[in-house]
Amino acid sequence: MEDQSATVLDVANLKTVFNTRDGEVHAVNDVSFHLKPGELLGIVGESGSGKSVTMMSLLKLLPMPPAEIRGGSITFDGRDIRAVSDEELRKIRGGEIGFIFQDPMTSLNPVFTVGFQLMEPLRVHMGMSKKQARARAAELLELVGIPDAPARLKDFPHQFSGGMRQRVMIAIALACDPKVLIADEPTTALDVTIQAQILELVKELRQKLGMAIIWITHDLGVIAEIADRVAVMYAGQIVEHAEVKELFANPQHPYTRALLETLPRMGEARAKRLPSIEGQPPNLDHAPTHCEFAPRCKHAFDRCRVENPQRRDVTPVHDVACFWDTNAGGPIDA
Amino acid sequence: MLDDKKKPLVQVRNLKMHFPIHRGILKRQVGAVKAVDGISFDIFEGETLGLVGESGCGKSTVGRCVLRLYEVTDGSIEIDGTDIATLSGEELRAKRPEMQMIFQDPQASLNPRMTVGSIISEPLDEHRKMTKTEKREKVGELMDAVGLARRFADRYPHEFSGGQRQRIGIARALALNPKFIVCDEPIAALDVSIQAQVVNLLEDLQEKYGLTYLFISHDLSMVRHLATRVAVMYLGRLVELGDSETLYMNPKHPYTQALLSAVPHPDPAQAGNIDRVILEGDVPSPANPPPGCTFSTRCPQAQSICKQDSPEWREIGEGHFAACHFIE
Ligand SMILES: Nc1ncnc2c1ncn2[C@@H]1O[C@H](COP(=O)(O)OP(=O)(O)OP(=O)(O)O)[C@@H](O)[C@H]1O
Ligand SMILES: Nc1ncnc2c1ncn2[C@@H]1O[C@H](COP(=O)(O)OP(=O)(O)O)[C@@H](O)[C@H]1O
Ligand code: SF4
Ligand code: SF4
Ligand SMILES: [Mg+2]
Ligand SMILES: [Mg+2]
Repeated sequence: MEDQSATVLDVANLKTVFNTRDGEVHAVNDVSFHLKPGELLGIVGESGSGKSVTMMSLLKLLPMPPAEIRGGSITFDGRDIRAVSDEELRKIRGGEIGFIFQDPMTSLNPVFTVGFQLMEPLRVHMGMSKKQARARAAELLELVGIPDAPARLKDFPHQFSGGMRQRVMIAIALACDPKVLIADEPTTALDVTIQAQILELVKELRQKLGMAIIWITHDLGVIAEIADRVAVMYAGQIVEHAEVKELFANPQHPYTRALLETLPRMGEARAKRLPSIEGQPPNLDHAPTHCEFAPRCKHAFDRCRVENPQRRDVTPVHDVACFWDTNAGGPIDA
Repeated sequence: MLDDKKKPLVQVRNLKMHFPIHRGILKRQVGAVKAVDGISFDIFEGETLGLVGESGCGKSTVGRCVLRLYEVTDGSIEIDGTDIATLSGEELRAKRPEMQMIFQDPQASLNPRMTVGSIISEPLDEHRKMTKTEKREKVGELMDAVGLARRFADRYPHEFSGGQRQRIGIARALALNPKFIVCDEPIAALDVSIQAQVVNLLEDLQEKYGLTYLFISHDLSMVRHLATRVAVMYLGRLVELGDSETLYMNPKHPYTQALLSAVPHPDPAQAGNIDRVILEGDVPSPANPPPGCTFSTRCPQAQSICKQDSPEWREIGEGHFAACHFIE
């Protein structure tokens, strides 16, 4: 694997389980990844694959119980954040690590003005006075491209459009100059036209502010556009991880390959029939004991049904959790 | 592309759907949301007409009007020769089986307390005189057609995945052998890996039963795959309509151009060099649309005339329509 010395966030073997009335849900199974300063890591996977739970586990944003972090280590900026005090964790949340959620209407509080919601973290985390916070809040709104920013601080969320609310969410997440920004499907609920605005904004902000970003999405198009590296999740595990160009040019995991094939492409001749992945994602009522993709995989063979594949390096910038060697067209050596 | 044999199954003319806005204690009408404001189009027999546009531009309202789920404000909707906009009670009921709808959220559109079998056979209870055995057989056939195992007939919707629930909705829509189906975002709530399954199913069924679809979707690349022709909507009006290939390869209306260019390409090698039109702001309120061309507040090519005169909907090429002052 590449040099991991300069990482701002390092997650190793994270396991999160929900204890529900119907039994356990193994939402995150041995997930490991790292993030370098200034880079954008894309996380892609279908719904229920564990993307959100992974990110919420990092900052203990899950209700515990039913959630339980059953194992793993999380190192942020040299600190073991599974061991830090609640007080310090609160400082990290919304301070050193910014968060953006999928639905801007539910994550902005409808009863407070946008200005108040922007100023709050500045006062709590940065100890600013009201006046300082107001000036900085206006600056932030301007930064995310909201015209007439100082005046709009007095407005309530419902007075903004969907795209503007998402910009406000970004402004709030950026308020305390975070080292890491975690964006959980920030454009999924938006129109493509508004999504294009937000992606443009993020590219611009990366250049200006240089923070590291984790961007969760189920849209490979968005990943292709903004990510430096990509992790593909399936059934609570990272099944493939590579630099973005490498992943699209040379996908290894049968799931990634199938996902890329099922996408209709706008610029190319229309396929007569869309290739599809038959079957459904597994339910997560047990820790994986075999390859979870096996029932849907056209290459599955005996070993896949009795052993869970671990991630192995394909190149220094690419690893995959699969027993099949796509390039050689046969099983890897046991 | 258009051959002479093709005849319109659906002909919509000057359709308007204005929802009144009431204010105050007396609930006086103070205005109207012009959700659909004078649109005309045909849907040919056996084709899929895609309907695209940003959220709130009126797509679902068009779909619902075309099935007469709303009392339309103005205009005519001819389906197979009958204007359903003016049909009354019993006549409308007799026409209903021919036209059906598939919804976005398969969860919300299925009664959780009914078994899959009874959900699928409900339209049969209402519109057909069949014996129990005949009904059971028909339900079985429908389940086969959409790829659900017959033994699931006694289960409840919550026991199924999103994709399977959408299959249940499709089986139900097919029960009365419709000619025309409005699909309102039928794959939007589904996972990427399941979307292709449902799209393929819709295509198979179309071929098998000669169905005609109005396919409403946000997903421009899926519409390109599925649609024969595509209509682009903005703020209650159509701005462009043409066959799918022409529209995607050579969009003429500035809004269509912007909309298509906003779609991210799943190819990082291209990511840097896409010529993208980024629209500013978002769609104005349909309760108070801008004068002249409704797109003029965001159009990168707007001139002063656009703020005054509403561009005419006209044929700009064979079977290719658009509304913009500056298209030859
Ligand atoms: N029953 C109603 N009463 C009042 N206004 C309505 C009603 N139904 C829809 N509208 C309004 O009409 C406009 C068009 O709505 P519609 O649901 O047709 O949009 P859409 O294009 O389907 O959007 P989306 O892509 O979000 O589904 C919107 O402004 C909406 O708020
Ligand atoms: N509060 C909860 N209780 C029980 N199970 C949960 C809870 N939250 C999430 N899960 C389960 O964890 C799994 C992963 O969920 P999530 O991380 O939200 O997926 P994604 O973000 O990839 O769509 C799913 O099976 C989901 O149902
Ligand atoms: S491990 Fe086996 S079943 Fe799993 S993806 Fe690879 S080939 Fe398919
Ligand atoms: S009529 Fe004017 S504002 Fe409208 S689309 Fe054409 S150029 Fe743009
Ligand atoms: Mg999620
Ligand atoms: Mg709609």
